[in-house]
Amino acid sequence: MKALSVFKKDWESELRTRYAINALAMFILVTISVILFSLGDEPVTEYLTGGLFWVVIFFSAMSGLSRVFVSEEERGTTLTLQLIASPSTVFFGKLIFNLVLVYLMVAAITFLYSLLFENFVIQNGMLFFVSLVLGSSGIAVSSTLIAAIISKANTKGTLYPVLSFPVLLPLILTLVKLTQFSMDGESFEFAWTYLAILVSYNVIMLTGGVLLFDFIWKE
Amino acid sequence: MPYSLELINISKYFGRRLIFNGIDYQFTENKVYGIAGSNGSGKSTLTKIIAGVLSPSKGKVIHKNGGKEIIPEKLHNYIGFVSPYLILYDEFTAKENLQFFAKIRGIPFDENKVDDLLMNFGLHKRSNDILKAYSSGMKQRMKFIFALQHSPKLLLLDEPTSNLDDEGKETVYKIINQVKQSAVVVIASNEKSDLQLCDEILEISDYKRRNNNANKRIG
Repeated sequence: MKALSVFKKDWESELRTRYAINALAMFILVTISVILFSLGDEPVTEYLTGGLFWVVIFFSAMSGLSRVFVSEEERGTTLTLQLIASPSTVFFGKLIFNLVLVYLMVAAITFLYSLLFENFVIQNGMLFFVSLVLGSSGIAVSSTLIAAIISKANTKGTLYPVLSFPVLLPLILTLVKLTQFSMDGESFEFAWTYLAILVSYNVIMLTGGVLLFDFIWKE
Repeated sequence: MPYSLELINISKYFGRRLIFNGIDYQFTENKVYGIAGSNGSGKSTLTKIIAGVLSPSKGKVIHKNGGKEIIPEKLHNYIGFVSPYLILYDEFTAKENLQFFAKIRGIPFDENKVDDLLMNFGLHKRSNDILKAYSSGMKQRMKFIFALQHSPKLLLLDEPTSNLDDEGKETVYKIINQVKQSAVVVIASNEKSDLQLCDEILEISDYKRRNNNANKRIG
């Protein structure tokens, strides 16, 4: 409940300042446009569009998701938050905010992708949907934790993708594979191992986040 | 229930630079304590350590309410903090800020109490303005309302009268005398008029030496 209040505060603040949403929207548009221009009339295979789909999601996430903690640090309001909420409340509040942001971002990218890329055809929609939900959750959890770490650093912009890349790599590779399976129309039974990896990734990152956040949050 | 605070052998280093060493001190209810020292001596650092937002390099801070030790997760519920480093949310109005703080703390928003505080600090006419439009003195007054909103048992005031006019200072002194009846008040300041309110003064310079066993109390 308290975490939900942190989320509501952040959401209201976001609607007024457009700290993250604008950055995310611009990044999505720019990245997809660059891909479209660079491909030109070249024929693109289905699998390549699937891979590029996750490239767009990864870089868009890198542009917007660090804002949950960076905005507090840059405005100097971190101390205020430390004085009104326990670390776990802050972590879950920020996580809910990033989850909402990632779901919105992934929904927008999927919509634009389906419109602009003819070869992006999903045969097993349900498998793709489950992969998106689990993958987005994984991105949100790990991004929230990494955002908390880098918010104290001087070189926030550079450090975020650099730290995120190795952490998100196993997730992205699994998601690319699951997207291929969805395009091929494979069943859930066939993709089970990869879905289990996604679930495990979420559980590990969430547990790690809850355990480590106390140490990151307190100076 | 009486509130008490104990500093046990507190030391703080920033890198290899010693800020203070071996502070042992006890704070009890119904008293106003001062932390005095020159600029850069570590007054703010000590108040942050007491508030639990900064870890000491060595030693322990024990907060007790009714003889029972308060766990760090719950500490923020007992502390009111005013500091030059404290920045509230500029994009929200005074009332919105206070509503969000109450929700995040998990306490009901006491409109009457908030109105009284706004009236006492002369901000009632501007309570629906966003903080961005406030002067530095008004923001300082707002910090006091933030610190007093949840009736804290420990009121930590770091340079409480900076940016305040004479009327504002008088209000602060009146509030300190009221609050000390049921709470511990700690003032970190260089202002003589602030320190005159104190029953005991902890002089930071007494704890500057390495392996210092000083534990002086100046009444």
